[in-house]
Amino acid sequence: MKNLHLYVLALALTIVGASLCAYKVNRLGLPLSPTEQTEVWTAEATLTFNGRGRSAKVELTTPSQPPGFSVLDEDYISSSFGLATEKEDQNNRALWAAREVRGRQTLYYRIVVTEDREENRKRTTPKPDYPAVPDYPEPERSAVFSLLADVRSESADISSFTRELLQRFNDPTPDEDVNLLREASTDELERVREIRHILAGARIPTRIIYVLRMEDRLREGGLMPWIEVYDDKEWIAFNPKTGARGIPKDILVWQVGDKPLVSVKGANPAEVKFSIARSSREILSVAQQRARLIDSSVLEFSLFSLPIATQNVYRILLTVPIGAFVVVLLRNFVGLKTFGTFMPILIALAFRETKLLWGIILFSTLVAIGVLLRFYLERLKLLLVPRLASVLIIVILLMAGVSVLSLKLGFQNGLSIALFPMVILAMTIERMSLTWDESGAREALTAGLGSLFVASLGYVVMNNEWIGYLVFVFPELLLVLLAITLLMGRYTGYRLSELRRFRSVVPPGGIK
Amino acid sequence: MSLIPRRLRLLHRLARRNPPLVMPWTLNRMGLLNMNARNGDYIMRYNQRKFYPLVDDKLQTKRLAIDAGIAVPELYGVIEIEYQVRDLEKIIGDHKDFVIKPAQGSGGNGIMVISGRRGVKYIKSSGIIISAGDVEHFVSNVLSGMYSLGGLPDKAIIEYRVKPHSIFDPVSYQGVPDIRTIVFRGLPIASMVRLPTRQSDGKANLHQGAIGAGIDICTGRTVDGVWFDRVLDEHPDTGNSINGIEIPDWQMQMELAARSYDLTQLGYLGVDIVLDRDLGPLVLEYNARPGLNIQIANQAGLLERLKKVEALTKIPKSASERVELAMELVAKTGNFKSKSAAA
Repeated sequence: MKNLHLYVLALALTIVGASLCAYKVNRLGLPLSPTEQTEVWTAEATLTFNGRGRSAKVELTTPSQPPGFSVLDEDYISSSFGLATEKEDQNNRALWAAREVRGRQTLYYRIVVTEDREENRKRTTPKPDYPAVPDYPEPERSAVFSLLADVRSESADISSFTRELLQRFNDPTPDEDVNLLREASTDELERVREIRHILAGARIPTRIIYVLRMEDRLREGGLMPWIEVYDDKEWIAFNPKTGARGIPKDILVWQVGDKPLVSVKGANPAEVKFSIARSSREILSVAQQRARLIDSSVLEFSLFSLPIATQNVYRILLTVPIGAFVVVLLRNFVGLKTFGTFMPILIALAFRETKLLWGIILFSTLVAIGVLLRFYLERLKLLLVPRLASVLIIVILLMAGVSVLSLKLGFQNGLSIALFPMVILAMTIERMSLTWDESGAREALTAGLGSLFVASLGYVVMNNEWIGYLVFVFPELLLVLLAITLLMGRYTGYRLSELRRFRSVVPPGGIK
Repeated sequence: MSLIPRRLRLLHRLARRNPPLVMPWTLNRMGLLNMNARNGDYIMRYNQRKFYPLVDDKLQTKRLAIDAGIAVPELYGVIEIEYQVRDLEKIIGDHKDFVIKPAQGSGGNGIMVISGRRGVKYIKSSGIIISAGDVEHFVSNVLSGMYSLGGLPDKAIIEYRVKPHSIFDPVSYQGVPDIRTIVFRGLPIASMVRLPTRQSDGKANLHQGAIGAGIDICTGRTVDGVWFDRVLDEHPDTGNSINGIEIPDWQMQMELAARSYDLTQLGYLGVDIVLDRDLGPLVLEYNARPGLNIQIANQAGLLERLKKVEALTKIPKSASERVELAMELVAKTGNFKSKSAAA
């Protein structure tokens, strides 16, 4: 194949660019459009306790990689307390300590999470031992065994066994055995502990988890004890009240294990209250935060790591390839004539400040006046470089004039003209008047209008919010653009303008 | 014809006119070479960059051609730096007429033709009288790169003014007609003569309004001409027929063009030859990126001929054999417009 090398190269570039982009979209959750929003939850734990006038230590269990969520942010508000955090396998811990604690104290812990199905991995660790069958006292003993036997006969595996047991245990019209077992426990936690106790009779490994129901505008809420059983492969959570299996979307696992949520040393016991609020945020910022927390090196080396001012420069620079692409399209496929190859892009960049309509008006005015003055200079018979310099000086004076005049007339837009690249203007004027001299007004105006058209189209494309967003967040897409441009470099077909240019070659009435 | 009402005749003519756009497949079937393919498939493949300076710098071309025994307009002198402009008088010497042009000019720009003198003043070919100062200023402009590729500083060449052969007198308005030949791998495959008009201001440049008339490679006879987009068979200024002019020394011109390949090493080359009244065919300049207009002038595409030459495994060494081979190949393609087809 003639262009095999080129095709392979283009394919490789496309694959690299597209797969990097796909990774960012799928793994890091970067959105493909700038306005997508996602829900974030802010859960806040408020600890209040009274000091006893001496040193105190407060320990709070905090979530660690809660299933179904990804943590975006954590905050500790600790007033006069010193803070230390500890990361453990199952739970994280916040440790507050202060030398002298007097009166009522309040500490806050805040966690911001967002729903994330990727985080819903199987939890396999730690692998527990099989518990020994407890030595139940009578009459509990016969009640447990009779219940377990009933359950076993109606279940297939550990998961269905647990569900069956929970359903029986929660039956509104319980039989005698369940009634007996239920009587022992008064509150929710007791009941969960009782269930663990019963399951131990079947030698099923269990543990207690504390969960928080994510409910918007919840205030003064608390954690609920749930139960998890180990089915030889993974930990499976059950709602002890309903027997429902798994962790629903709105349940945040705060703590794993039966340790107390908060422990206070040297002060009175603390009270913990939870409040929850829901808000929406741009997916982009959520994804950035998440990537920072999961240490993704892809975003680490992205443009987001640059200082904001530099980022803003690249926001503009990265659209230039798009403009170049437009030029290729319009020159090699349509066949438009322009002054200079990429001069229209620079003009398009200047339009950013003036906006399109004003940009076109100002640009045409300046070039028109410039060309007139250039014709006058022609009579003075100046050499090339001094003449170019003179045109440049005149252009700058004209720009200053336009700015002052438009301000006096009350047009704010005239001020933005200062950002026009004056060298480009001077060159355009020079090229235009040379073309005018050598090839006539028609040719000069064609190329002038061509430049303006390419610049306008370039401006529209380069300033498209979505395109600007895409190239900044996914600069690897420019590799795909490069691949397309390389392929277009081997386009040897007719240009649109040639369909007109060669029309006189075709005999009237077509060919036989 | 006279029986048909005037308005109907107009309609009839309009209906016969070509549509504003031609379909690409139509052009493809006619074998029209386009700009992208010319650049990508021919110039880039057959013209090595390192040989470009030989043709882009007319001074180098001239010296090479003289060494190879190819006839060119006599070189009177060269002005390379601003300081030498004062030597202009000395270079011109006794010559009554001469041409000043940039060594690296493009598209026929920046050429001043002086056809005579009146005392200390000069007469331009257009009849306008200018002073020695004007000429010097022009030379300075040339040196500053005003007419040159990329605007780089340039040299000014002062050379013999070609006296056009009388054969073209009936079909040219002032200026010198030149014959452009496309030489592909050393084979001259297409030719046209560019005839100046009043509109082109005596310049032989098609987009400025010169007429391009195709030439049958095999016979050296002109076919219809093209003026801008229009096919015509008579000169718009003189009213004389363009069709069927037999160009003298045709075989010699073809060989001159073919030999240019050995000189320039460029596989896809445009050769511009002028026919001097006294000296015969002279090579005016070479072009490493010859345009596509020759197809319009010939009313025929280049692709078929290019493909035929590309298919050749062996190219003869001698120029005359190559000319013979080219004529054979072109005759076989037979895509020449006969007069009856134009009507």
